[in-house]
Amino acid sequence: MSSEAALVIERLHKSFGKLEVLRGVDLELAEHEVVCLIGASGSGKSTLLRCVNLLEPIDTGRVVLRGEDITTPRVDVNRVRRGIGIVFQAFNLFPHMSVLENVTLGPRKALRLQKPEADARATELLDRFGLADKRDEYPDRLSGGQQQRVAIVRALAMQPGLLLLDEVTSALDPELVAEVLGVVRELAAEGMTMLIATHEMSFARDVAHRVCFLDEGVILEQGTPEQIFGAPREPRTQQFLQRIVDAGRL
Amino acid sequence: MRPVLFGLALTALALALAATAIGSAEAPAQIPGCAKGNLNLLNEGQLTLATDNPAFDPWWSGGSKDKDWEQNDPTTGKGYESAVAYQIAKRLGFTRAQVTWKAVPFLRSFAPGKKPFDWYMAQVSVTPERKKAVSFSTSYYNVNQAVAGLKASSIAKVRSLAGLKRYKLGAQVGTTSYAYISKFIRPSQSPAVYDSNADAVSALKNKQIDGLVVDFPSTGYITAVQVPTSTVVGRLPTQGAQEIFGLVFQRGNSLAACVNKAINALRTDGTLRRLDVRWLGKTGAPILK
Amino acid sequence: MARKDRRSDSEVARLDGNRGSKILAGLTKGSGGRGVAIALLSTAVVLTVVVVLVVRSPGWDEVKQAFFSRDQFEKSFPDILSAFWTNVKIFLIAEVFILVLALGIAVLRSLPGPVFFPLRALAVVYVDLFRGVPTVLVIYILGFGIPALQLQGVPISPLFWGTVALVVVYSAYVSEVYRAGIESIHPSQAAAARSLGLTHGQALRHVVVPQAVRRVIPPLLNDFIGLQKDTALVALLGVVEAFRQSQIEVAATFNYTPYLATALLFVLITIPMARFTDWLLARDKRRQLAGDLR
Repeated sequence: MSSEAALVIERLHKSFGKLEVLRGVDLELAEHEVVCLIGASGSGKSTLLRCVNLLEPIDTGRVVLRGEDITTPRVDVNRVRRGIGIVFQAFNLFPHMSVLENVTLGPRKALRLQKPEADARATELLDRFGLADKRDEYPDRLSGGQQQRVAIVRALAMQPGLLLLDEVTSALDPELVAEVLGVVRELAAEGMTMLIATHEMSFARDVAHRVCFLDEGVILEQGTPEQIFGAPREPRTQQFLQRIVDAGRL
Repeated sequence: MRPVLFGLALTALALALAATAIGSAEAPAQIPGCAKGNLNLLNEGQLTLATDNPAFDPWWSGGSKDKDWEQNDPTTGKGYESAVAYQIAKRLGFTRAQVTWKAVPFLRSFAPGKKPFDWYMAQVSVTPERKKAVSFSTSYYNVNQAVAGLKASSIAKVRSLAGLKRYKLGAQVGTTSYAYISKFIRPSQSPAVYDSNADAVSALKNKQIDGLVVDFPSTGYITAVQVPTSTVVGRLPTQGAQEIFGLVFQRGNSLAACVNKAINALRTDGTLRRLDVRWLGKTGAPILK
Repeated sequence: MARKDRRSDSEVARLDGNRGSKILAGLTKGSGGRGVAIALLSTAVVLTVVVVLVVRSPGWDEVKQAFFSRDQFEKSFPDILSAFWTNVKIFLIAEVFILVLALGIAVLRSLPGPVFFPLRALAVVYVDLFRGVPTVLVIYILGFGIPALQLQGVPISPLFWGTVALVVVYSAYVSEVYRAGIESIHPSQAAAARSLGLTHGQALRHVVVPQAVRRVIPPLLNDFIGLQKDTALVALLGVVEAFRQSQIEVAATFNYTPYLATALLFVLITIPMARFTDWLLARDKRRQLAGDLR
């Protein structure tokens, strides 16, 4: 176990009722590393991410964030979450707030920044990602791609040390996917530590340092993109990738 | 032969007369022109009477074993009004069993349409406005209003009508008691008005009102039993014509005429006074100036 | 290849503008006009039949005098109107407290985790109790019962306790309305808020409740309209409000027209509220449709 590890997941088990979704996941993430999680629908990718930011309580195992075990009972859940950003497939913007308000809510209430400071931080981020003119718009006036970019900015405004992306392009039209992936590429280039669940295989190949194949609740195989996509060792990995190729998505 | 026949006929006649005589000895005294069979009744052969529920002392008495009557059951014949009712019934030729009672809220007693009773009695005062909607009997009681107040309150020391002005008074809705407050006392605080005297009595006990205006006989029961910490502050002076209680009839009901004759008979032979003394006899409280 | 159900900015703007003019066109088209004429005619016929039947009924004269006497209306109306201010005061004051207390109860009920079980249980008991007990009883018990205890410093005013009783009872109902609103907000909203590091309370306050309240404004207004009528119940405690005042007039004259005057006053304040609710509902729908057409 590396002492520089940003995130360590040890023997994580999670069941929903009788259904055991995660059956002993082991995963390590180094600082500034980008890891892509691939796997079939229902393989537990979303659940794994939600366990990392403590939205789901785990059954057994540990999640260690920068040396701190965040799955102990006494941990301050809110503090931990302030340091982890998550972006969801369905954007989950707050419809009753403008874009600016969406982005500044976390900094103002959870980080207790004053309004001018929070606004400045938000404006800078929105500018960077081409959303400056949407500052005062409401989410229902934005396209899907714009909404997802706002969601990413919202997470970034908290200045998290770790960013979780849960199938962030799966709900978007193909022509809007690119703009979101562009943002993620930028973040990767800047050294953001990210754990990304995705169906976009070509994107994963592009941006990931490491790809993990999640199958039946465990990480069946992991390696560099070249290893996983080029020469997968496990038969099930091969089957999975074959299905993807057949669907024309790789 | 003929004398025997004559004798037989005479005996038969005598027997028949005797039979009638016995019958009429059992039947109460009849009022001329008011034969029971000719009376305008709701239900034939029966006197259907009504009063409010709960029926309060001292107008009704004897408690209640009937779950429909909250405080007193009218059929006991006890209490001034119950006693008067059965006396009138007797004079009209009804047996006790032929008198039935139902509970009707005071405010419903004058609702338009056919009344569900022959007459209604519940300390209803006769007023000109009310006469437009219903018919009344002649007086069966001459009313004085009075004020009940808590002994510990300063209202207990009031000796004049004007002295009542600054107090919070209360009365039952629609009563001449309420009308007396708004017409003759005219207090500075608007009076509290309740659905029933029971609620008004609770309010008095709770000190939510300072004085309760109600007919004088009722104050006896209130100050003796319901709110022992209260006293009769005084009787209110009669304003204008003497206030009277009358039985309430469907407007134009011819029954009223016969009932009036019965009441007059009760008055002349002293029955009303006897019942008054028995049920309402109270040592006087001062009349407020 | 582009899917039609996702719009770019410019398309969204264009659609919004078009929709308005389409609605207007539909109202004035020819086929609509004939429908209106038929509606008017049939209404007139039905009304005429009803009026004729009523006026020719045997008891009509008596009823007319008893319920629709112009004379009695004019005589009683001023007093009833001034008593009506008591009703207005009660429902304005009560409504403020109800909205706040009910929200508190709904929030208590939503607190998560075993440590908050007593508070959740308290909220459940409160709601069950005060929706179960008839309002009249609550008014009696609070209005006559508490003053009877003669506790130091505790008010005995019937107006006070009558209003308190209404607040207590209506908060139980309204808290359920809030709860329905809160639960109708998708859990992903709360999840997104918590993921930012907001506490449960902050998530409720800034994300869930603002959305929930917007959703339940129509049923909230509905309960408010109900409250306006129930203010008449404080008359049980001796307070002379509009209904009691009309009852006093009715009992004095043995004529029912004052009741009509009171009914008229209550209807007159209810109608603006009802139309306002309709307007809010329609506006909400327009906004929802705008969102769905994206």
